[in-house]
Amino acid sequence: MSGQTRHRLEAALFIAAAALPLALQAFGEDYYIGFATRLLIFALAATGLNFIVGYGGMVAFGHAAFFGIGAYTVALLMAAGLFTAWIAWPVAVAAAALAALLIGAVSLRTRGVYFIMITLAFAQMIYYSVISLKFAGGDDGLSLEQRSTLVPFDLADPATLYWVTLVLLAACLAALKRLAASRYGHALTGLRQNETRMEALGYPVQQIKLVCFVIGSSVAGLAGALLANQNGMASPSQLYWTQSGMLLVMVILGGVGQRFGGMLGAITLLGLEEILGRLTEYSHFYVGIALLGVVLFAPRGLAGLWGRQK
Amino acid sequence: MTQLFLEQALNGLQFGLMLFLLAAGLTLVFGIMDMVNLSHGSLYMGGAYLGAAAAQASGSFLIGVTAAMLGMAAVGILLEILLLQRLYQRDHLAQVLATFALVLIANDVVRMIWGPQPLLLNPPAALAGPVELFGFIYPAYRLLIIGVGLAVAVFLYLLITHTRAGMWVRAGAANREMAEALGVNVRQLFTVIFALGAALAAAAGVLLGPLLAVQVGMGENILILAFVVIVIGGIGSIRGALMGSLLVGIVDTLGRALLPTLLRAITTPEVAAHLGPALASIMIYLLMASMLFWRPQGLFPARA
Repeated sequence: MSGQTRHRLEAALFIAAAALPLALQAFGEDYYIGFATRLLIFALAATGLNFIVGYGGMVAFGHAAFFGIGAYTVALLMAAGLFTAWIAWPVAVAAAALAALLIGAVSLRTRGVYFIMITLAFAQMIYYSVISLKFAGGDDGLSLEQRSTLVPFDLADPATLYWVTLVLLAACLAALKRLAASRYGHALTGLRQNETRMEALGYPVQQIKLVCFVIGSSVAGLAGALLANQNGMASPSQLYWTQSGMLLVMVILGGVGQRFGGMLGAITLLGLEEILGRLTEYSHFYVGIALLGVVLFAPRGLAGLWGRQK
Repeated sequence: MTQLFLEQALNGLQFGLMLFLLAAGLTLVFGIMDMVNLSHGSLYMGGAYLGAAAAQASGSFLIGVTAAMLGMAAVGILLEILLLQRLYQRDHLAQVLATFALVLIANDVVRMIWGPQPLLLNPPAALAGPVELFGFIYPAYRLLIIGVGLAVAVFLYLLITHTRAGMWVRAGAANREMAEALGVNVRQLFTVIFALGAALAAAAGVLLGPLLAVQVGMGENILILAFVVIVIGGIGSIRGALMGSLLVGIVDTLGRALLPTLLRAITTPEVAAHLGPALASIMIYLLMASMLFWRPQGLFPARA
C-alpha cells in the first residue's frame, strides 16, 4: 500500500468512526454508543502500552497502575469539588507520568523477566495502597458525582463523550507516529535492536527508555480519566494485575509494535466478548480458543496478518 | 497475645507450605524452559474442583486428593505435549497470551461442568475438630496440612538433590543447552516435571479447599503470590521456592492478623482494619521489588 492510499484509508476510517453514533442513534441502539466509547478508551490505553512494549521493547506488566491513577485522579479531584476536565484531565496525565517516572527509574535497572515482575510488583503496591485509603473509597471504589465538564462541550451526552474520546485517540496515534519517525524514535528502534551498540555509540540508553515508559504510561493516564467518566466511577479492579494482563493481551493480539496494534487488539477482544456474551454463557471459552489460534497461527498478531505496516 | 501470635505463625507456616506446592512446579517451568506460565493457577483450581467432586462422590477425602493429583497430572501431560511444547521457543509475550487464553478456557470449562456456585469441600470428619498442642488449641486439619506440606518439601528436596533425575533437573535449570549437549533428554524430562508440578498444584488446591472457597478464579489470586515467591527465592530453585514460600506465607498471614492490632495504637480501629491487610500485601510486593532491584537472581540463584 502506498503512503497516499493509506492516508486516505485512515481518513475514511476516522470519518466512519465519527459517524457511528449518528447511525446508532438512527437505529435506536444508544446503548452501543457507550460500548463503542469503552472500546476506544481501551484502544487508547493499549496504544500507550504498545508504545512501551512494541517500540521500547520493554514488557511492562503494570500498565493498570497508570490506567487506574488517571481514573482515581479525576474521581478524587471531583470529590474535592473540581469538575472541569480542562484541569482534571491534564492533572490525571501528569499524575500518571510522575508515577511512571518514579517506577520506571527504579524498574529500568532490571531487564527481561525481572522487568516484567518488578513492574507487576509496583502496580500491585499501588493497588493495595489505593484500597487501603478510606478517602479513595477502599474496595468499593469512588463514584463520580457527574461527568467532567468540558466547556463548551457537554460530556453528559454519550455521543459527545464518544467524539471527544475518538479525537483524543486519533491525536495520540498521530503523535506517536510522528514520535516514532523522529530522531528520538529512531534511537528507540536502535535500542530495541541492539542496546549494547547504542550504549557504545554514546546514547543515553536509560533516559531514552525512561522517556518511552513515561510517554506510554501517560497515555494510559488519559485513558483512565476517560474511563472514569464513561463508567461514572474509579474502581480498584482497574488497578488489579488482571487488568494489566488484559491490556497486554490486547497489545499482543493486535500486534506488538504495529502502529494500530493496540487499537486493533482492544476492539477485537472487547468486541468478541460482547458478541459472544450475547450468544453463549461461556464467552470466555471461545475467546480463549480464538487467542490460542492467534498465538499459534498469527505470531505477529492481527495487524501482522495484512502485510508489514509500521 | 501469645496464643494469637503462635496460632497465626502456624497459619503462616501452613499457607507458606501450600504456596510452596504451587511454586515448586512454577519455578521449574520458569527456570528450565524460561516459560511464563500464567495457567499454573488453573491447574490448582482444576485440582480443587476435581478433588471436591471426587470427595463428594466417594465420601472419602483421601480419594478426592488422589483423584485430583492423578487427574491434573494427566491434564498437565496433555497440555505440555499438545500446546506448551510449541511455546518454549517463542518469546515471553506469546507465552503470556497463550497461557492467559488457557486461564480463560479453564475458568469456563469449570463453570460448564460444575456451575457458577462455589463447591463445598469438608475436611475429613476425623480431623474436623481442634487438637491441643503444648497447651494451646489448634485445628487438627490445619496441622495435617502442615505435616503434608513438610513431607512434600522433604520429598522434593531429596528428589532434587539426591537422585539422578534430580541432578538432571538441576542441570537443566542451570544451563539447558549444556545439559542437552551432555545427553540429558530435557524435553522428555520436562514432560515429567510438568506433570509433577501439576499434581502438586492440584494437591494444594484440594488441601486448601476446606479453608478457602472452591470457586472459579481462585487460581488467579494465588498465582501472583506464587510468582512473587519464585522471584524472591530465585527462578528455577526448589530451595529458593521453599524459603520464598515460607517468607511470603508468614509475612502475609502475620501481617494480616497482627498489623490491625498494632495500628490501633496509632490510629482509629476502623482505619486500622482497612490499612492493616493492605500494608501486609504491600510489604510482600515491596520485598519482591527490593529483591529484584538489589539481587535479581533471588535468594538461591539456580542459573549458572
